[in-house]
Amino acid sequence: MSETVRKSVLAVGPFHPLQEEMEFFQLTVDGETVTDINVRLSYNHRGIEKLSETLQFDQIPFLVSRICGICSASHPLAYVQAVEEIAQVEVPERALYVRTIINELERIHSHLLWVGLAGHFIGYDTVFMWAWKYREPVLDLLEEITGNRNNYGNVKVGGCREDVPDELKPKILAELDVIEQKTEMLTKAVLDDPVLHARLKGVGILKKDDAVKFAVTGPTARGSGVDIDVRHDDTYAAYGALDWKVISQPEGDVFAKAVVRLLETFESIKMVREALRKLPKGPVAAEVKEIPPGEGCGHAEAPRGETFHYVRSDGGNRPVRHKVRAPSYVNVPSFKASCIGEHIADVTLTLAAVDPCYSCTERVAVVDGRRQVVHNYASLLQLSREKTARLRKEIGAPEMKLEDL
Amino acid sequence: MNWKMWSLKKSVWVFHVNCGACNNCDIEIVNLLTPKFDVERFGIKLVGSPRHADALLVTGVGTKQAARRLQEVYRQTAKPCVVFCMGACACGTGIFEGAYHVAGPVDEVVKEVDPNAIIAYVPGCPPKPEAMISGVVKALAAI
Repeated sequence: MSETVRKSVLAVGPFHPLQEEMEFFQLTVDGETVTDINVRLSYNHRGIEKLSETLQFDQIPFLVSRICGICSASHPLAYVQAVEEIAQVEVPERALYVRTIINELERIHSHLLWVGLAGHFIGYDTVFMWAWKYREPVLDLLEEITGNRNNYGNVKVGGCREDVPDELKPKILAELDVIEQKTEMLTKAVLDDPVLHARLKGVGILKKDDAVKFAVTGPTARGSGVDIDVRHDDTYAAYGALDWKVISQPEGDVFAKAVVRLLETFESIKMVREALRKLPKGPVAAEVKEIPPGEGCGHAEAPRGETFHYVRSDGGNRPVRHKVRAPSYVNVPSFKASCIGEHIADVTLTLAAVDPCYSCTERVAVVDGRRQVVHNYASLLQLSREKTARLRKEIGAPEMKLEDL
Repeated sequence: MNWKMWSLKKSVWVFHVNCGACNNCDIEIVNLLTPKFDVERFGIKLVGSPRHADALLVTGVGTKQAARRLQEVYRQTAKPCVVFCMGACACGTGIFEGAYHVAGPVDEVVKEVDPNAIIAYVPGCPPKPEAMISGVVKALAAI
């Protein structure tokens, strides 16, 4: 008689109290230990890439800022940089500084948000309330500069829509002092707490080679000792002119990620201060008449990692292709490396530790539960070639051999 | 007013349903619970199950994947309940109008299950927390 091995599958989602967004995790468990993890997405898919082909170049920043509410400064920035690469626009220097200020303010509130949520997940609600209380002034500042607490819509092709008014500078600096002081208090409370050390250290370790293998970005990579940062490696906006350093921690556990985020908050505060001091005079936007045919790439360091936009133009007023790759898209698969072998109670925290943003990540997923088809690299390549050949035939393209290229 | 409606207006417990939002409205909703706004003062509490809830805070456009799940969540909620459409997307699909994966505004999705559902709208992208509080107060005063 053959023995059948039964696996218990724990379903988490799509609506569950842990995270606000819809996502569906299937945890295969052996007692309390997780042996496999499967993520199902596409609950949140809205078809933004397709929608953006129907909008004009000037309208798209407002759409892409709604890819994700928390990265709503980085996505438009990456898109705008891609379009500026096509049109070869010289962006005024003041606009570059304003972009930096908005992006760093966003990073401050996003990292504080994460610290709060991480505290909430381990049942330390005091940290949750503190962190969210201290991020409120940042939102108020952003509202004063751009007109909205989130979804700033502040960048446009060629510059910025709203300027940082000079009379607001003293207020921003005063608020930053308060935020820095409170964050320092929060950091000390978190980093010196023996309970948090016991709870977070050694949990959900993502090793350096795994981090490289899964190509993770942002604080997830920097928490595993991979010190990549778009702001440093391929500087954009005014980051090259500012004095700051890339924070990285070698451990790869949840504690390291928390340390990276908290220390980055201080770097961001420092950067905003310096950018405000150096803010040059001049116009805040250059005039852009038309977008010539061509293609461009833009990337920016969102609070969660590198966000990448590719835009192709055929000379009309709308892009013919717009491709978005958000940071969580590469961070989410790293759960395979960091969650397997952990306890269920630690997995929730590990899932939260990469600060996943599913609204960024969503792709259409078609799940056919009855048939099981597993594609490997070779079969996917084969499928792709067959489709290209079919399309060629349909549009009557001339036969082309690989040797001709 | 029967006793069920009378009791609905006291200490509203809410369940938060994201059906394809960009996270903004969601974060502003969580923001309501934190010290600056602190709606728990008024007995408004975020609960973990629709079966405990008096009101659903729905955010997002209602994508094709999410619409069926939203209907299921609505069925599970104890009646009478109020459905709050939070944000421009939930009120009328907003900027995502016409996208291929959008199943329609939230109110139509809910009305497929219950044509007499009580639906309140709080527009804005995202609505400010003050607007959300004001919307909840107005809706509860009206029923």
